[in-house]
Amino acid sequence: MLILLLAAAPVWAGSSIAPKLDIGKGGQCVDDPKFMRKNHMQMILHQRDETMRQGIRGGKFSLAACVDCHASKKDNNVLGSNEHFCQGCHEFAAVKIDCFECHSSKRKIIAETSK
Amino acid sequence: MSDKVNFDRRQFLSKTSAAIAGIAIAPGMLLFDFAHARPAGEAASSAIRWGMLIDTNQCGNGCDECVTACNKENGLPTAKSPTDAQWIRKVELKQVSTGRQISLPMMCQHCANPPCVDVCPTNASFKRADGIVLVDKHRCIGCRYCMMACPYKARSFVHEPVLDHDSDMPRGKGTVESCTLCVNRVDRGEQPACVEACAKAGHRAILFGDLNDPNSEIHLRIRSVASSQLRADLGLNPGISFVGL
Repeated sequence: MLILLLAAAPVWAGSSIAPKLDIGKGGQCVDDPKFMRKNHMQMILHQRDETMRQGIRGGKFSLAACVDCHASKKDNNVLGSNEHFCQGCHEFAAVKIDCFECHSSKRKIIAETSK
Repeated sequence: MSDKVNFDRRQFLSKTSAAIAGIAIAPGMLLFDFAHARPAGEAASSAIRWGMLIDTNQCGNGCDECVTACNKENGLPTAKSPTDAQWIRKVELKQVSTGRQISLPMMCQHCANPPCVDVCPTNASFKRADGIVLVDKHRCIGCRYCMMACPYKARSFVHEPVLDHDSDMPRGKGTVESCTLCVNRVDRGEQPACVEACAKAGHRAILFGDLNDPNSEIHLRIRSVASSQLRADLGLNPGISFVGL
């Protein structure tokens, strides 16, 4: 039993079943990464309506800010392959990602200069 | 009695000329700012009503700087396919009897009573408190009732997938869109892209500002110059007015 546990431990610790992600700039997130992993989709849901319909700007959370931190340093994108931050995890979890049908998946400065 | 009237008139004239001299630093330069960025966390207020005054006499025939600037600002396709979105277009008019020709930019008229909002089944089409009529694309189901309801043909449907998004102006296939008065720029305290481009081209045909502010340049102009709204008979009270129609 003990041997089995020891053998199983490195599998979880090394997280070989988790996606390997390019986290971009990374650094201090707006909240704890564990919390973000589970709740990121809820955080901008309410705020987006306030911004869109009432014009309240400058909120704590912003999709553009997510992209700005987490876009790959190689191509400034959060989509593109299963190593890219958004696409990688969503592919792993088999959840369709709708945000970037309309929103830009590129880091803002890059999107501005390519205009 | 007549003396008193004359006195009042003289006083009125001297006071107003002094007031105008106080406002204007130099010809064309005004002491007051026309717009301020709204502080973060503050909602758009109904004390403001954004609008435009378009002077067709100043608008250059054949000039499309406003259209180019709009396409660039909002990441709209510039290749002209029949299904491409048009937020602003140039219209050339000719009066047959006199041969008089005018040219003007046409876009969403940002009505006070917008028919596009009335017909929207999902409340995606809405008027913001400061008078800007927008489409909430999170809610839009692409039914296009608003496009049918708009008497100005101001709205477009996005038929093709959008590949190169603008960071400030999300757009997507299957939704309706139209001029937003460059809402992101206005919230920052800037002018819409078309207004800036028109001034840069030397025409200064579009004046943008707060219609409710009695000291704003647009308010003063509308009070002193004859202007008209398009299809005023419909009672929609557009925020865009025209001089020289």
